[in-house]
Amino acid sequence: MKHPGARRWFLVAAVLSLGLGWAQDRLDPYFVDILTRIGINVILAVSLNLINGHTGQFSLGHAGFMGVGAYTAAALTLFAGPKLLPAGAGFWVEQLWFLVALAGAGLVAALAGLLVGAPSLRLKGDYLAIVTLGFGQIIAVIFRNIESLGGALGLNGIPARTNLFWAFAAAALTVYVVTALVNSTYGRGFLATHDDEVAAEAMGMNTTRYKIVAFVTGAFFAGIAGGLSGHFTLTINPKGFDFNKSIEIVVMVIVGGMGRTVGVIIAAVLLTLLPEGLRMLSGVSPSLKWIGETRPLLYAILLIALMILRPQGLFTWKRKKGAVVA
Amino acid sequence: MSLPTAVRRRVFLGVAVAALIAAGCKPSGGGAGTGTDIPVGEFASLTGSEAAFGRASHNGTVLAIEQLNAAGGVLGKQFKLITEDNQSKDGESATAVKKLISRDKVVAILGEVASGRSLEAAPICQQYKVPQISPSSTNPKVTEMGDYVFRVCFVDPFQGTVMAKFAAKTLRAKKVAVLTDVGAPYSVGLGTFFKERFVADGGTVVAEQKFTKDDKDFKAQLTAIKSQAPDAIFVPAYYGQVTLIVMQARELGITVPLFGGDGWEAPELLQGPGAAAALEGCYFSTHFSPDQDSPRAKEFVKAYEAKFGAKPDAMAALGYDSALLLSDAIKRAGSAEPEKLRPVLAATKDFDGVTGKMTLNDKRNAEKSAVIIGIKGGKFVYTETVNP
Repeated sequence: MKHPGARRWFLVAAVLSLGLGWAQDRLDPYFVDILTRIGINVILAVSLNLINGHTGQFSLGHAGFMGVGAYTAAALTLFAGPKLLPAGAGFWVEQLWFLVALAGAGLVAALAGLLVGAPSLRLKGDYLAIVTLGFGQIIAVIFRNIESLGGALGLNGIPARTNLFWAFAAAALTVYVVTALVNSTYGRGFLATHDDEVAAEAMGMNTTRYKIVAFVTGAFFAGIAGGLSGHFTLTINPKGFDFNKSIEIVVMVIVGGMGRTVGVIIAAVLLTLLPEGLRMLSGVSPSLKWIGETRPLLYAILLIALMILRPQGLFTWKRKKGAVVA
Repeated sequence: MSLPTAVRRRVFLGVAVAALIAAGCKPSGGGAGTGTDIPVGEFASLTGSEAAFGRASHNGTVLAIEQLNAAGGVLGKQFKLITEDNQSKDGESATAVKKLISRDKVVAILGEVASGRSLEAAPICQQYKVPQISPSSTNPKVTEMGDYVFRVCFVDPFQGTVMAKFAAKTLRAKKVAVLTDVGAPYSVGLGTFFKERFVADGGTVVAEQKFTKDDKDFKAQLTAIKSQAPDAIFVPAYYGQVTLIVMQARELGITVPLFGGDGWEAPELLQGPGAAAALEGCYFSTHFSPDQDSPRAKEFVKAYEAKFGAKPDAMAALGYDSALLLSDAIKRAGSAEPEKLRPVLAATKDFDGVTGKMTLNDKRNAEKSAVIIGIKGGKFVYTETVNP
């Protein structure tokens, strides 16, 4: 890799998240909850940014991949775990198995990404949006009808394995891989595909291949995020991975600024905090109670105002890299 | 070129995390039950798709808390109800409940109507050892999540049994069609329990059709059902779609009665042009009817009407009972400490709520009677009470 700095910071982040995991029990559970969700949302937003931002495709199926990951990881810890592991396995064995479950979640989601992406990414334009939209719906319907996966009720009683260490280590890994990938020589291909597909092809690049790589990598991390989220909420059902969830992630990417990793991270953090902030604000005094009641409305108004005032995204100070380098 | 970006990226992540942790460590002050009031947490669907249920249940709870406080509270302390909205969205309840437990130090959690969202809160309540009392989640799974999870309503197997008996005896149906919403655990569960009982009692299920939450057109399913000529159609779904289903059934010339569970009960069921006429002669089972003949219920109906200007439905009555049961348990325990409340709640026997006398069984489900309501002349009319 050409970016030893990035790797150093990745290690710092990993150590930091280890510290966080250790400190978890000493923190207010509500804040641990929000922090964990921030970690998961950062993974989702940054991985979708690789597809929607850097590579310039438009996927609306990120929640679908998240769902695939969530069900895979939950099945691995709920069903396969007790059979394969010795009874009364200790803490470290459990954590190790969770790592296996997360890796499995990512791989199965990536496979799903390949299956969806390979035929549809040959197309140009908005077709991918429609295909991925359909994929999201199909996934929800499939899970709803598999009785062994709980059907509409979903899977319950998933063991609590996700902690701040896993959430932030995975987030750091996602940011590192996406950044390193995009900034590598190979990664220029993503930006080229984004900037001008025809020109890139004229230069002899196989843009379909780049699109598939971006798509599969994005799906892999979405799967990991799903696995984390399942072992965090302890119950998953098909409704949690529907179209609305995909839109939530897309909004994070758009608010942060397409193709700007820093912006997208900040947007993921802010958009996770915003509803909770409004919740807190409404609890301050009875005169502010209306904020709690109109929370969904306020959230929507803020988004509309944002898009009118800063359509390029909130956090875009520097000129976009792709425009300079490609 | 990219190094500063990478540095900046980490710094931002670091600063954000550090700021949050600093906030998270702030002492939140006040332990459970040490103040002059008893904090009680409630999470409800006040907005979103199941808001009609969430609001009714919330109103009932608010009324109960007000009445209890007006009567001097319990153990010399006043109740303080803290409500969080989950927007009828999945994934919000866990956070809301964690907030209630860790920030507001509530002694118990009241909620929710929908089984799916009660299931989200249950592991959290179990983990932090705070009793959860669900007013109206009827899916059996909810209380299976742990011994800190209770409910004041009956469960779907009982409701399915009641409706199977009702179909066979009162409707004199031998052939029944079932139309379920495969996206709702409630609907799938109730449909299954009904089928099992109805078939065991010698009836036949001639058609089983499915739909999902966002469907608006049910003609394909209804035509398939019509071809089997059932004596009645069981639709265990939520009110929003029931109205559409019944109207489209009538349009197709299906004249047999349709019947369902407590998901039907909302004033919205009869709203819209032609809805009341189409639903004439249909029935549903529920937990409570404002017309039922009991002094306790009449008193509650009067107080509710005075406060909210509308007749209470089953969700309101159950919301009311959930708060009442909690207050009763605190009185019996002589303490508002969550861990002391658990065994007392589990030992509840013949508790006199507005929805009837209830005893919590070993699965922490309420054993109590069900009410069947018919739709006559555009109104909900109390038909009969079925005991367990």
